[in-house]
Amino acid sequence: MLRNPRREVEVAGNRRVKDVLRELDILPETVLVIRGDELITADQVVAEADTIELRPVMSGGGR
Amino acid sequence: MKCRKCGDRAILELRRHNAAFCASDFVEFFRNQVREAIRRYHMFERDETVLVAVSGGKDSLALWDVLIDEGYRTTGLYLDLGIFDYSVESRAKCEAFAAKRDVPLLVRRVADEVGAPVPVIKQVTRRPPCSGCGLSKRYLMNRVALDEGLPVVATGHNLDDEAATLFGSVMHWRTEALPRQSPALASTHPKLVRRVKPLFRLSERETAAYAFVRKIDYLVEECPFAVGATSIAHKEVLNRMEDASPGAKHNFLFGFLDRARVAFEQVENVVLNECTRCGQVTTGTLCAFCKLADQVKRSV
Repeated sequence: MLRNPRREVEVAGNRRVKDVLRELDILPETVLVIRGDELITADQVVAEADTIELRPVMSGGGR
Repeated sequence: MKCRKCGDRAILELRRHNAAFCASDFVEFFRNQVREAIRRYHMFERDETVLVAVSGGKDSLALWDVLIDEGYRTTGLYLDLGIFDYSVESRAKCEAFAAKRDVPLLVRRVADEVGAPVPVIKQVTRRPPCSGCGLSKRYLMNRVALDEGLPVVATGHNLDDEAATLFGSVMHWRTEALPRQSPALASTHPKLVRRVKPLFRLSERETAAYAFVRKIDYLVEECPFAVGATSIAHKEVLNRMEDASPGAKHNFLFGFLDRARVAFEQVENVVLNECTRCGQVTTGTLCAFCKLADQVKRSV
């Protein structure tokens, strides 16, 4: 699941988080990766049945 | 990936520090960075009450959370910008946080102070919404602090915010803006309170992770007017550089603060006056906030 705007995409599983991020063209620096109620690092493997949330960390406005 | 401190499974990798941490060691790392910021820049003392400007987002609520846990006396200030659902929801997050932590929260409405909410100010001024909004926020933070007798305002600006502002100033060589960019601005007039940014050593990914780990209920959705803001374009550029070279943002900002900023400081010969209408500090006779309020009054 991706946020801002909220949307869901299906990607192949059994891959590391960093490979999923690369496929979606998302820089690791710009998101938190959440599985269940915890954060996971980019080297963790996402299983086929897993749902992960990619939550943007950018806030802004001003000038 | 394992925690650098205890060897447990890590929850967050910090490439620029060449480190990864488990949840509890990350929280300790985060607090240490805030302590270091407060100490190095003499931001405030134990006997001072800090006015914490909160928006309901991750940064300001993380800041408030740390300061409370560090034992500082704090009062929150929420400025209701009147930006539709965004303001309704963000105010609710701040009120819930204040109730949960049993800390005082002041609420002021921009519409009461300026005469109209931010969306109307945007139309009246025909300028980017962040312009009138930022002006109103800076003015009201200072005035509320003075009214409440508080010596210092703390905001949740993080490393990415500061690096993006610096990038924007350098891109346009706004040399007059460079000396004013600092994690701590001292009071230069009896009616100007100190302004500090205790999170400036922490990236926004780190503040988001802290808020998540600490189970702070913050508003993930962004201000609808932030879409397309130049500061966000600058952040994207800096994130690309960070990806290619971890530590780029940190080096850019800290190099400026430690070595370059002083070169742009000049003897300030600006005369600070008090606004003939509201009495707040201005370089002219009528302050920018009162001019904005006049402009709003004429067209609403």
